[in-house]
This record gives sequence, C-alpha cells and structure tokens, in this order.
Amino acid sequence: MKNHVWRPLYIALILLAAGLVASYFLVPADFGVHERGYMYGWHRKSNEAEWQSITVKYQTGKVCIPCHKDKYDDIKDSPHGSISCENCHGPNLDHPKNPLTLEINRSRSLCLRCHAKLPYKGTLRGSFKGINQETHYPQAECMMCHYPHDPRQSNLKREGKS
Amino acid sequence: MMNRRQFCKRTILVAGGMLLPLAALELFDPQSLKAGKEGKGKTRWVFLVDIHKCVGCGFCVKACKIENEVPYDAHVSRTWVERYVITRDGTVLIDSPNSARDGFISTKIDQNHHGMAEVKAEEITKVLLVPKLCNQCDNPPCVQVCPVGATYQTEDGVVLVDRKWCIGCGYCIMGCPYGVRFFHPVYNVAEKCNFCYHRLSSGMQSACVDACPFGARKIGNLRNPDDPVTKIITTEPVAVLKEEYGTKPQVFYLGLSMEVK
Repeated sequence: MKNHVWRPLYIALILLAAGLVASYFLVPADFGVHERGYMYGWHRKSNEAEWQSITVKYQTGKVCIPCHKDKYDDIKDSPHGSISCENCHGPNLDHPKNPLTLEINRSRSLCLRCHAKLPYKGTLRGSFKGINQETHYPQAECMMCHYPHDPRQSNLKREGKS
Repeated sequence: MMNRRQFCKRTILVAGGMLLPLAALELFDPQSLKAGKEGKGKTRWVFLVDIHKCVGCGFCVKACKIENEVPYDAHVSRTWVERYVITRDGTVLIDSPNSARDGFISTKIDQNHHGMAEVKAEEITKVLLVPKLCNQCDNPPCVQVCPVGATYQTEDGVVLVDRKWCIGCGYCIMGCPYGVRFFHPVYNVAEKCNFCYHRLSSGMQSACVDACPFGARKIGNLRNPDDPVTKIITTEPVAVLKEEYGTKPQVFYLGLSMEVK
C-alpha cells in the first residue's frame, strides 16, 4: 500500500496509544464498574466516602436537652413540642464551643411560616390559628406577646395589652 | 364410552383450566416488592411523604440548604414544597416561592409572567402542599445519560454526583423528569438531593426528616421488613410521581392527587 494510506493510519494509531497511556495514568484505580453494574454503577468508588465524610450540621434536638433542660421542659408538652430546636435556633454545629453561632430568631417571618392565615379548608395548614400579617400588630415582634416555647401561656398577652 | 353430558363437562373443565393463568393462583404478597429489587445489599433507602401532614412551613428546605451547603439565597434547592390550589372551575394554580424556603405566608400564588394570582377562599375546592425531592429512582435516567461516569447509584440505592468527575454538560439535568437536578452555583457541577448520604451513613436521618415538625417526611430501608416506612409502603395505598416514565421512583406519597405533576 502507498504512503498516503499509511501516514494517517500511523497518526491514528499514535493518538490511540497516547490516549491509552494518558488514561492509564489519569484514571484512578478505583474507577470502574461497581455494585449496581455498568449501567448505574460506573464510577469512582472513593467518591462515596467523600460524600459520607461531609460534616453533620443539624444534630437534632436530643443534643440540646442535657444543658437546656428548662427550655425543654417548657416546650415538650406544648403545641410547639414537635418543632425541633434547630429549626428556629439554627444548626447545632460548633455549639456549645462557640455559643454565638446559635441565633435567637425573633423575626415575624419565622412564625408566619405556619401562622400566616391561609383559607385552606380541609388541610392541616388551614386548621392552624393564623393571623393577617398586615393587620395583626404589623410593627411588633410576635415574642412580645406570645411565648414561642409554650404558646398556650396567656400571661404575656395580658401584659402586652395592659 | 363417554356420553354427551360427560363430554361437555370435561370440555368446559379443560378449556377453563387452560384459560386460568398460573399467576392467578399466586396470592400477591406486598413484601415481595422488596425481594424484587435488584442487588444483594441489606439496605435500600426509600422515602415516604405524607401530603396530608405537610403545612408548607418550609423548615425542611431551610434545613436542607444549610446542611448540604447549598447557597441560601440562590434560587436553587435540593428539595422544595409545591402548593397546588384547585379552584371551582377546575383551574390548577401551582407555585413554590423561593422553593418554599420561608414557607407559604401569602394567599397570592406566583404565576411567573402572569403575575400573582389571588383566589377567593370560597372559590378553592382543594389545596395540596407537596414536598419534592430526588426520587433516587431504581432506573435513574440521569445516571444513564452521564457520559463520564460522574453520577452513579450506590448499592443502597442513592444516586450521587462525583464533583471532581462532573464536566458540567448538563445532560442529567435535562434527563431528570422530576427536575430535581441543578448546577451548584459555587462548584458549577450537577447537584442533587442524596437523602443526606453523610447522615444516613452515620446512623442519622435526612436533615429534612429531622426538621419536619409534622412527620410528613420519613425515610426508611425497604429491605428491612420491620421498618415502619416499609410497612406503610407495602400495605397502604401509596403512589409515586410520573410512574409512566418507567424510572421506578423510590419516593412514595400518601395522599397524592392527579393534579400533582
């Protein structure tokens, strides 16, 4: 065969060989077909450990009880008892080492998540006690009258009105 | 000799027997669902959402964003809550303001370029608040379209994305029929819910499950017959999203309605 046929073929073969050599060095040893087969499990195995090693930020309310027994006693039997501490106070990570990382969120928007009145009959949300945010003391923080750990306590409301 | 009566009887018996498929004799055991799953591992993570219990407070979205370091103010989220308001004339209005990160605090429904829709209370016939997240499909289309092996399924059924391997082509984002994938604004690679794989691996529950005050979100192991979530999935009328796509989604819904897309 003539030279003009061989020359591009050589180039193709050299490129193929270079590709194979490069992939030998660049592809990690654990990259391949794993448990879920070629269609779903073709991946770098060590990436699973990378995802597993992410820091847990929300450590659940159980962690709070030993130090904050008083607050826990306030909330545990109240209608707000099912709300995790971290939902309003932020993730427990770095606490108590660095107490400033936790917030005391007094914003109206926090309470409005559930207590903005929505006229949705037949839903759990529709059954909640709700306010019209424009007419219900729009300048006030909810906490001025309502105790969030136990909203049944009415003394705060009376004080607020007097 | 066979008489006419016997001949008719036997003909009916044989023909009837042939018509009866063998499968009709088998009593369906819902527990066999999990046996039908491929793989030998002891774990297959599945999710159960109870729509009746969701109030749309959005604590799940907030917890998810912080736990998984998805930029808090970017309009992307691994999980979100959709509101479906169905009116008397059959119109379905759907929105999810900022993925419901701050809950639903207004009766106005965001209709994008059509503006905010206001529906009178007496016009509403049904409202659904539907939490959405990755379905961790048993036949995940997003994994099949990845050209480089950057997204894959682990043995316990969770679909993960290798951030070092992803080239950002976006095929998986287009391939997902549920729209759960997006580009991470910081890493610029495909991002998705992974049931908080780091929490599951350390014996905890997903952040959204822990954050939900009403038990609307639950996670369980389908290969454990004593798991309360498995019991509900195998005995109660659960439904999945877009079953007709053949993706075999593994997020099961209680109280799902036909309006939910």
